[in-house]
Amino acid sequence: MPDFARRIPVGRYRGLHPVTKAILAMVGAIVALGVRGWTGPAVVLAAVVLSGALAGVLRRMALFALATIPLVVSILLVNTFLYPNARDAIVTVGPLSPTWTGATAALQATMRVVAFGMSAAVFALTTPIDDLLTELERRGLGRRGAFVVGSALGAIPRMVERAREVVDAQRARGLDTEGGPWRRFKGLVPLLGPVILGALGEVEERTMALEARAFTAPGRRTLLRRLPDSRRQQLARWLLLLGSICLVVVSLSGVVKLP
Amino acid sequence: MSAGLVLAGASYRYAGALGAALAAVDLRLEPGRVVGVAGANESGKSTLCLVVAGLAPSVIGGRLDGSVRIDGVETAATRPHELAQRCGLLFQNASTQLSNTTATVLEEVAFGPCNLGLPAAEVVERVWWALRAVGIEPLAPRDPARLSGGQGQLVALASVLALRPSYLVLDEPTSELDPAGTRLVAEALARIAGETGAGILLVEHKTEVLAHIADDVVVLERGTVALSGPAAEVLADPRLVELGVEPPAQVRLERAVRAAGLEWSAALAEAIE
Ligand SMILES: Nc1ncnc2c1ncn2[C@@H]1O[C@H](COP(=O)(O)OP(=O)(O)OP(=O)(O)O)[C@@H](O)[C@H]1O
Ligand SMILES: [Mg+2]
Repeated sequence: MPDFARRIPVGRYRGLHPVTKAILAMVGAIVALGVRGWTGPAVVLAAVVLSGALAGVLRRMALFALATIPLVVSILLVNTFLYPNARDAIVTVGPLSPTWTGATAALQATMRVVAFGMSAAVFALTTPIDDLLTELERRGLGRRGAFVVGSALGAIPRMVERAREVVDAQRARGLDTEGGPWRRFKGLVPLLGPVILGALGEVEERTMALEARAFTAPGRRTLLRRLPDSRRQQLARWLLLLGSICLVVVSLSGVVKLP
Repeated sequence: MSAGLVLAGASYRYAGALGAALAAVDLRLEPGRVVGVAGANESGKSTLCLVVAGLAPSVIGGRLDGSVRIDGVETAATRPHELAQRCGLLFQNASTQLSNTTATVLEEVAFGPCNLGLPAAEVVERVWWALRAVGIEPLAPRDPARLSGGQGQLVALASVLALRPSYLVLDEPTSELDPAGTRLVAEALARIAGETGAGILLVEHKTEVLAHIADDVVVLERGTVALSGPAAEVLADPRLVELGVEPPAQVRLERAVRAAGLEWSAALAEAIE
């Protein structure tokens, strides 16, 4: 089998097995959300920035970070101004009195959310969905499940393309691309009809096509791609998962005080 | 047990349709032979393909009367994935045939053999064989979603071949191909029939292609067989035009020569070939 079909991921971080990367993201989430105090989110943030740098996706992670802004702002406002029973006001302006306790809690909660979001972002940016599906199928995900997820995710870029075609067709026909949203929507209706009906009509044909390609044969499918894995990696990822769970338990039980 | 794909008095009505789309069709396809199917639009060619390949009625419902047997086994009694290996079907619309889940043409063509759970080495070998048979090895690394209509059709054809079916049913495989592509596919099909002993049912508007590679030709009219017999005879039949089928250029030329009161000779026919 040629390399273009094997598509072995390369790089210090990208080259890790997809399951390893999935577990790293999971560990990041567990630690960021589950370990008390500053340690959890701080460690995860540091790890995430390091792995993002290794994979060369820091710039794109920053875009993901922007997406968390609304959530971050609301956490900051709510906690700073409305923290229950906090008395150490920073200033008092009429009925508003932001507190230090609230601000500290808000900062910590924000760090947790961002750390969690970024560990998911590192995973999403370094792992092609194709790689993950191949490995999930190898681990027992049914052919139908893999096909449904694969074709649904594959359909998104095509739908975007088709929507763009519809809009272009609308312009080409001299329909309103200006005017209010309602007028524009009305202009789209005659074009959307065929798109939707076409998609429905295709279902029957696609079902037949799958049957004609032996999709319903019994047993396991052949998986052509095999992504490199190693005993060390397997051991490391399960130890990490176990370790993170232990850490959360220890931290929650209060046996060890983490800063 | 008799070898061959045989329809005897086959009638088919789509689910919810009032009339029959196929009525009492008799047809015989022997291994290693090519049977061409022609007919006007809506004459039932695609329906015939679905019935022959056993997808109608097993997958889309409707009602089938009469019998459709592949090498002596009734298709109605065969499971779809087994049918897929006995009788491969290329749909008229090639784009719906692709799985839309693969990153490269190589993997797309491998989709069928992978479904069968064959060893990876065998899958890869079949894929290269199929790509070579259709002459599209250079397309192997390409993204199947970004092919031209003609390339998509060739990939779909290779995907069918990769299942190594004993019979092939091809619904207008050259509709999106230019003359060079059409010639390439026609030659590939003739070669496949000769080398692998597969029987091919070929729906084709381009009667030149049928004249070139079909042994027999069947002409459909509103769901019934209007003409059938050896390709040369059927394609020279004067009723062809009434049936909505354009005769091959050579036949038209011969007619024009004779109509002008000139002598048509075998030497002339050969020169045109
Ligand atoms: N899914 C369907 N449901 C109901 N009727 C159908 C369906 N598909 C085709 N028909 C009808 O069956 C008849 C034969 O259609 P078919 O598609 O077999 O024609 P065709 O010879 O392949 O035409 P073309 O040259 O346009 O491909 C037509 O009258 C058509 O309207
Ligand atoms: Mg048709």
